[in-house]
Amino acid sequence: MRVALFVTCINDTLRPGTGRAVVTLLERLGVDVDFPAEQSCCGQPQFNTGYRHATEPLVRRFDRAFRDYDYVVTPSGSCAAMVRDNYPRIAARAAAEGRGRELTEAAARAVPKTYELTEFLVDVLKVTDVGAYYPHTVTYHPTCHGLRVLGLGDRPRRLLERVRGLTLKELPGAEECCGFGGTFAVKNPAVSTAMGADKVRAVTGTGAEAVCTVDNSCLLHIGGMLARQGSPVRPVHLAEILASTEADTAAGGAAGRAAGAEGDAR
Amino acid sequence: MSRSFLGMPAFPRAAAVSTRDPRLRANLAHATHTIRDKRARAVAELDDWAQLRAAGAAVKDRTLRHLDHYLEQLEESVAAAGGHVHWAADADEANRIVTRLVRETGEREVVKVKSMATQEIGLNEALAEAGIRAYETDLAELIVQLGDDLPSHILVPAIHRNRGEIRDIFRREMGKWGRPAPEGLSDSPAELAEAARLHLREKFLTAKVGISGANFMVAETGTLVVVESEGNGRMCLTLPETLISVVGIEKTVPTWQDLEVFLQLLPRSSTAERMNPYTTTWTGTTDGDGPRAFHLVLLDNGRTDTLADTVGRQALRCIRCSACLNVCPVYERAGGHAYGSPYPGPIGAILTPQLRGMAGPLEESLPYASSLCGACYEVCPVAIDIPEVLVHLRERVVEGGPVTRRGARVVLKPAKGHAAERAAMRAAAWTFDHPGVLRGGMRLAARTRRLHPRRLPGPGRAWSDTRALPTVPAESFRDWWRRTRGDAGGSETGGVK
Ligand code: SF4
Repeated sequence: MRVALFVTCINDTLRPGTGRAVVTLLERLGVDVDFPAEQSCCGQPQFNTGYRHATEPLVRRFDRAFRDYDYVVTPSGSCAAMVRDNYPRIAARAAAEGRGRELTEAAARAVPKTYELTEFLVDVLKVTDVGAYYPHTVTYHPTCHGLRVLGLGDRPRRLLERVRGLTLKELPGAEECCGFGGTFAVKNPAVSTAMGADKVRAVTGTGAEAVCTVDNSCLLHIGGMLARQGSPVRPVHLAEILASTEADTAAGGAAGRAAGAEGDAR
Repeated sequence: MSRSFLGMPAFPRAAAVSTRDPRLRANLAHATHTIRDKRARAVAELDDWAQLRAAGAAVKDRTLRHLDHYLEQLEESVAAAGGHVHWAADADEANRIVTRLVRETGEREVVKVKSMATQEIGLNEALAEAGIRAYETDLAELIVQLGDDLPSHILVPAIHRNRGEIRDIFRREMGKWGRPAPEGLSDSPAELAEAARLHLREKFLTAKVGISGANFMVAETGTLVVVESEGNGRMCLTLPETLISVVGIEKTVPTWQDLEVFLQLLPRSSTAERMNPYTTTWTGTTDGDGPRAFHLVLLDNGRTDTLADTVGRQALRCIRCSACLNVCPVYERAGGHAYGSPYPGPIGAILTPQLRGMAGPLEESLPYASSLCGACYEVCPVAIDIPEVLVHLRERVVEGGPVTRRGARVVLKPAKGHAAERAAMRAAAWTFDHPGVLRGGMRLAARTRRLHPRRLPGPGRAWSDTRALPTVPAESFRDWWRRTRGDAGGSETGGVK
């Protein structure tokens, strides 16, 4: 089984600890992970802002980068959703505009092999106990794309419930959008901030030490608001929780380091 | 008289004002959360909801594909039943037709059934200019009209008002329009409803002309259908001598059997009721029963142009249940007025720009009035993929492209003010397609990380005013991989060589 990590541009540049956590986790589970350097952005920011044409080279690039692999695993619900939901759309529109079958074939290859991390763990590797240890209280925010486009359902929850030492706190209004929405956060800052403020209030109200999602883009928004309010609640990607073990905790905590020392919002 | 919707400010500006209004926020949050929870329970009772939803979408799509055929059939059936059909290409034409029809009766007052179509064309204002007074008889519309306000929700136009505000409006304004509010009116729902009932009864019993919209028009029999909760609509539909119905052409359904699907989908989605309390149907005229003259004004006003767009046309499936408004986190914070049209919320964000044809800054800002969270698509009883249409319309804003305007194919220019964004997006896409350049930029960012500001100037302020900026880590993932694993993962083609 040839498995490639699609780290995504946000994780690559701003939260590399998440990518390292996925590598650590998958290798611990006996998976040989590769990182094709030809990969870049899935094209979501351009596509969702209305620049569909600008995403076409990125669809081709995705296909080139991951063509030789059986599985593409990504620690981002929204990037997985972009590939699965929108690549076929981009290809269909290009075909309607008379631009050949190349994109259609690229999309057809990309869609079935692209998995969000928790899907890959639960559906392909068939594990829910990944041997993690994380002695903290955590609340889980199911991001919109993970929830509604990918239909992740209770997969992240089932994984979290098997983490030793972890106490899961119910997040009120969990299914409501945090207000990030890519360029929405800057095009409609007042509404975005109002939504974020309500989400942060719900998170803080749980009393959890950390808020966890399957998408760092939402966490940048939620974490950015928490940090601006001086809240001690840490934003942590699910992969970082699943990657940490008792040994890490003894050594100061890989996940703790990942969330605190780098890529964290100021 | 209620004010006009046109000339509203662009969405982000209007929304920035409304999000700062704590009373509005509280009224909306309370109302939308209550109805959304009730709706979820009502829908969960039906185990064939998914099939019903698919059937609703399919019936609408099939009808829209052959709309010309069904409209002709409808016209014939209405005429055969003794009604008169008028075709209105746009709002002005529809207003002229209705004004002429009312004038011909010699009346100066009309009673109205709650109707989105007449809001859309600004009928009340047009009638007022011709010296004709239109009385809204739906309770919430009455509140809006008396308060010289605009509706802010499809189903509950006065959702932005609480009971205390309503009592104040009734006390202050009812006397100017007819029977005044009773002395010492309190804000108890029963007393408010009774005050409205007494005020409206006068109108029902004196009006000779009624004006309505319709939720559905059945082509095979020429029957119009109004679905409501209060029964006030039924009074307007049966008591006056002349009935004029203004209906969007997309409200056509071919047969009564098709209607059956929507009469199940609509009440549960809108009011969370298993069956709506009043379903009134009327077919032409009948001697000795109901209005003696019936006119149907079929309204286009941008609908056939919308139909020409293969992605955007699904907006015409909408049955105006308002479920998408009630779950929308943006609507909940911004309020309905920010959308600058009688169609607020997610459906308004895709319908208004299409019907009005991206006419100005408001229409261009509406497709961006969403975080694309997808909650609207999930609840829509006719499965309109609102996020898909939003993104499609965003493309039209930033890149222009071919559209249909008044039946003719024209090429739309990109909206002004997106040049910098377009350049940035293209540059980003180019960089992402050249990882060598991307890696260089990432290294530069990492090396200068101590110099990064905590608050950004210019458009970036929109982020950093309320949210801390992420710090740039010392090493990107790809540099870490290369440092620890070498280049085993494949070559980096596509970089600038
Ligand atoms: S778009 Fe769908 S959910 Fe929204 S009002 Fe129309 S039918 Fe209801």
